[in-house]
Amino acid sequence: MDRDRHSLSERVWRVATYAVPLGFLALFFAYPLLSILERGLTVAPFDVLTDPLTRDVVWFTFWQALASTALTFAIGLPAAYVLGRYEFPGRSVVRALVVVPFVLPTVVVALAFIAVLPTDLERGWVAILVGHAFFNVAVVVLIVGTFWAGLDRRVSEAAATLGAGPWRSFREVTLPLLAPALAAAASIVFLFSFTSFGIVLILGGPAYSTIEAEIYNQAVRIFDLRAAAVLSLVQLLCVGLAVWIALKLEAVLGAARGSQPERDVLRRPGTRREWGAVAGSLAALAAFLGIPLAVLVERSVSIGDGFSLAAYRALSDPTTALLATPWEAVWNSVTYAGAATAIAVVVGGLAAFAVAGSRGPRVLDLLLMLPLGASAVMLGFGFVIAFDSAPIDFRAAPWIVPVAQALVAIPFVVRIVAPTLKAIDERQREAAAVLGATPARVRREIDLPIAGRALAVAAGFAFAISLGEFGATVFLARPDAPTLPVAIFRFLSRPGELNAAQAYALAVVLMGLTAISVFVVGQVRVRRSGWL
Amino acid sequence: MLSVEKVTVVFPDVTALDDVSLEVARGEVVAVLGPSGSGKSTLLRVISGLQRPDAGSLVLDGEDITAAPAHRRGIGLVFQDHALFDHKDVAGNVAFGLRMRGDPPPDIETRVAELLDLVGLSGFERRSVRTLSGGEQQRVALARALAPEPRVLLLDEPLGSLDRRLRDRLMLDLGVLFAELQVTAIYVTHDHAEAFALGQRVAVMRSGRIVQHGTADELWARPADEDTARFLGLNVHDGEAVRPDAIEVRRARPGETGSAVVEGARRNGPTVQLSIRLDDGAVLQAVTASIDHPAAGERVWIEIDPAGIVRW
Amino acid sequence: MTTCYKPAIPFYARRRALVTSCYKVTVALIVALLAIAAAGCGGEDTPNEVVLVTHDSFAISPAVTKEFERVTGLQLRILKTGDAGEVVTKAALTAGNPQGDVLFGVDNTLLSRALGADVFEPYESELLERVDPQYVLDPEHRVTPIDHGEVCLNYDKAWFVERGLDPPSTMEEVTLPRYRDLLVVENAATSTPGLAFLLATIARYGDLWQGYWRKLRANGVLVVDGWEEAYTVRFSGSAGTGSRPIVVSYASSPPAEVIFRDPRPSTAPTGVIEDSCFRQIELAGVLRGARNEKGARKFVDFMLSKSFQEDIPLAMFVFPVNRDAKLPPEFVKYAVIPERPLELAPDEIEANREGWVKEWTEIVIR
Repeated sequence: MDRDRHSLSERVWRVATYAVPLGFLALFFAYPLLSILERGLTVAPFDVLTDPLTRDVVWFTFWQALASTALTFAIGLPAAYVLGRYEFPGRSVVRALVVVPFVLPTVVVALAFIAVLPTDLERGWVAILVGHAFFNVAVVVLIVGTFWAGLDRRVSEAAATLGAGPWRSFREVTLPLLAPALAAAASIVFLFSFTSFGIVLILGGPAYSTIEAEIYNQAVRIFDLRAAAVLSLVQLLCVGLAVWIALKLEAVLGAARGSQPERDVLRRPGTRREWGAVAGSLAALAAFLGIPLAVLVERSVSIGDGFSLAAYRALSDPTTALLATPWEAVWNSVTYAGAATAIAVVVGGLAAFAVAGSRGPRVLDLLLMLPLGASAVMLGFGFVIAFDSAPIDFRAAPWIVPVAQALVAIPFVVRIVAPTLKAIDERQREAAAVLGATPARVRREIDLPIAGRALAVAAGFAFAISLGEFGATVFLARPDAPTLPVAIFRFLSRPGELNAAQAYALAVVLMGLTAISVFVVGQVRVRRSGWL
Repeated sequence: MLSVEKVTVVFPDVTALDDVSLEVARGEVVAVLGPSGSGKSTLLRVISGLQRPDAGSLVLDGEDITAAPAHRRGIGLVFQDHALFDHKDVAGNVAFGLRMRGDPPPDIETRVAELLDLVGLSGFERRSVRTLSGGEQQRVALARALAPEPRVLLLDEPLGSLDRRLRDRLMLDLGVLFAELQVTAIYVTHDHAEAFALGQRVAVMRSGRIVQHGTADELWARPADEDTARFLGLNVHDGEAVRPDAIEVRRARPGETGSAVVEGARRNGPTVQLSIRLDDGAVLQAVTASIDHPAAGERVWIEIDPAGIVRW
Repeated sequence: MTTCYKPAIPFYARRRALVTSCYKVTVALIVALLAIAAAGCGGEDTPNEVVLVTHDSFAISPAVTKEFERVTGLQLRILKTGDAGEVVTKAALTAGNPQGDVLFGVDNTLLSRALGADVFEPYESELLERVDPQYVLDPEHRVTPIDHGEVCLNYDKAWFVERGLDPPSTMEEVTLPRYRDLLVVENAATSTPGLAFLLATIARYGDLWQGYWRKLRANGVLVVDGWEEAYTVRFSGSAGTGSRPIVVSYASSPPAEVIFRDPRPSTAPTGVIEDSCFRQIELAGVLRGARNEKGARKFVDFMLSKSFQEDIPLAMFVFPVNRDAKLPPEFVKYAVIPERPLELAPDEIEANREGWVKEWTEIVIR
């Protein structure tokens, strides 16, 4: 459609959709990261690059990330399929529960894994892959599932009438249509597995190390900033490459237009076989995710030789471990996560519009993904040295935490919302324009309600991610208002049975909080009636 | 009232509109008739503001609207595949234009009810558009376009996706509606029955140009060229066109050989279409209203009324 | 029923004014909010505030904080981040323009790095005369000792009793075949207690430390990433359901096992192998370039005062350095304070640490 490009508000809008995300990224990501890298790279770093240890670490990081991605997809796709095609009782509950593992601190889950897995398997690269799959299956299920639900059934129905069996139809028709979501999910899972830290160290044992662990080692233990900076660059390059490949794949494989706007009408499983498929996929997923979570619950109540709720009761006592009651930590987490979600939805939403509207290379998309792949520890240090003088002395400001959390959440918002925006039938926008809607109004009346579902899912995810505190937030100094993950870790690092139990109890609280908030946000339905 | 003046639209691989001019008077319904690819949809997109012309201008009520954006033209468009808002119910769709111009809610409610009544969908306010049949969707699209009282109403093959009976019914309804409301409209179609039924004037488009315009009778009597004649359904042969209704077909009496044989007879409601193969090999289409018409395989005599022959 | 088909008024003129004014209002609001946010949070301290930069394991009872604030009239703001290594690294990166006024948490393994980066401003507190000179690591008083803890081998008493086995009483005994597959240690490269235990073996065995580790490896030592895993999962004592009854932990772990167990046992369920203990001293210092240097000094003094020192054991599970500080009864009863713990000079640690860890990794892990 030949939009009215010349009106001022339209131009402001178009500039804003690029400028706001880029500005956010430049100020809170590029600037700190470049500051710390500059500090480190005082001399040419070739010796670090040619060190065989470096090569081994880079290679291992790379292949375990690939393998983890493959495994995560293998486990997550059946559930994504189920969520993407069928309506069944408890669907929104499943959606909410699947996000829970994603949010939990790696330490806690890794320890639960160790308690659960048989002695031979509990560490080693198999455990690493399984651990990654456990955490990241949510990404696949939600991103792919949401997108799948929005696909036009008629295309695969047409294929069936032309003689394509279910598998053929999937391969030739559905898969290309799904490609954008698959690529999006794959790139995110790869990034998380690539920059994974705790899982590799704990479940892999001392014999395994990733680039991120090495960076931490160099920066903090050995205090060789140069090596750390070099490794960060290597990591960033690998990550950038991986994302770029994913974007290219998506462009090549995916059918560009042709999907209909998301339809909320999913059918219930009809035949016995379909019910079986639904039940089977969900049961498998529940077992895979549920067992470690159940272990967490069990450990929070097993005190001494029996079961007791003493740990939960103790949560209301102020404790010197936290300088506050643990419930205050819950409140802090929720507040920070709320702020981070707001930022992520606004900045990410604008970026989604920009990405959906662009035809050419999705540079913005790539740039926004970089914070996911950058070294968290280096970025944390970068914050400290970049924002160290007025007028931008943010180092100790509490709101820097939601900003850092938003950095991680924004790419998710873009990835979830942009495909839906892109798939909106242009004719609907034209119809609205002809009926008198200004371009801004068109966005409000057409884009937002249709993308509203995706936006709600994205907001829920952003909230969960912020609760879980990924990326640089762990390395930010904050006034002592501990958040849940920090509180969990503090309890865990003190001797004493009750302390450990409290850590697990808080983890259970975090689980519940996540599930509830994702569920609530996911229930947001855009009203149908004419007045919205 | 609406003047399309020498509008040209060029796409990378095709010239969609080539120096097209058209006048529509107030309260007049003009049908634009042409095969697919003739540029008629592009013409509507230019008029409604969804496509900027590379040359030419549009004047509405004396005002040049060539540069005006779509949402400010006051021109309604009924899309080919209706393009209803899936995420809104019927009332939400119909009310849309009224909300855009800021009418107060009670007035909107009343008007929506009026319009739904007008198109025969009273009580459908809360229905989801996805559950409607094709005909019902089309009527909602119509009501939606009419609601904000557009100065000009454009319709892009609105009856294209409907079955024959529904189409005929709706065609009649539309005709009544247009007359009642005194709309100024441009009706685009590839079907000459629709064009002739609804258009007070008809413009024939081909390859981005208007090749002829006039009343239905004028077109039918004197198509501008061979292609137009063929498109309208005349028999074209050797630089001449013969109207099907100008061919009289008589059964050959027993003993007579006749000059042609009937290849097929198809009843089309009140008339019958006869395919007749002449002895010299040519095939003619003739139309008769007679119940007792020759059947396939019968030998017949052909007589052509000279008034029904067009020569260029 | 015919509707009145009004000739259309140019409707594009209506309501547009309202829409654009809505836009303007929204934009103005957002700008205003941003301005307020930017103005409000600049992170600057008021002169009545002392900012303490420390690691995540720092803890102080609210009552003690209140006492400080009451006595000095200063408000205490605590900035926590990560572990000791991270804190020191950040301090080194911001030397001269620090995040806070006073730093607590540098220990003897990190001291040389901190001093080398010129992070501190020298300050000699009067209360140092109450502190045993063995804890004063820096003659220039750029840092002040606050507490000490010992990293020792802990063992699960009940496990040994059940099997009728005597627990090992020395470091060397742990290499004996009868204690095969019973020891879990932390990775010296990634864990502070792990590193401390490695340093203990170096302090004890000198140049022959590699041999000790080879024997441990042959005896089935399990190396894990961090203390949490070693102590809460692998160790059979404490909360863990693990299979290993000997672990590298702290001398203060046994009293913690008594205090944080419900119901409280009458004896400590875990014991300590005394000759394996490596001393860790934790120090604090006034940061160079601090905004509130006077306040920082007051806080250092306060950290050496009786109230803070007596709060330390139950808050942070380490021991006070001030002679006058009384230990809580559980510590008196259940804690083991080794008389001659193993030690290494901070300079020596800083110089050789990377090489030692690399070598250790070769011997034990690869």
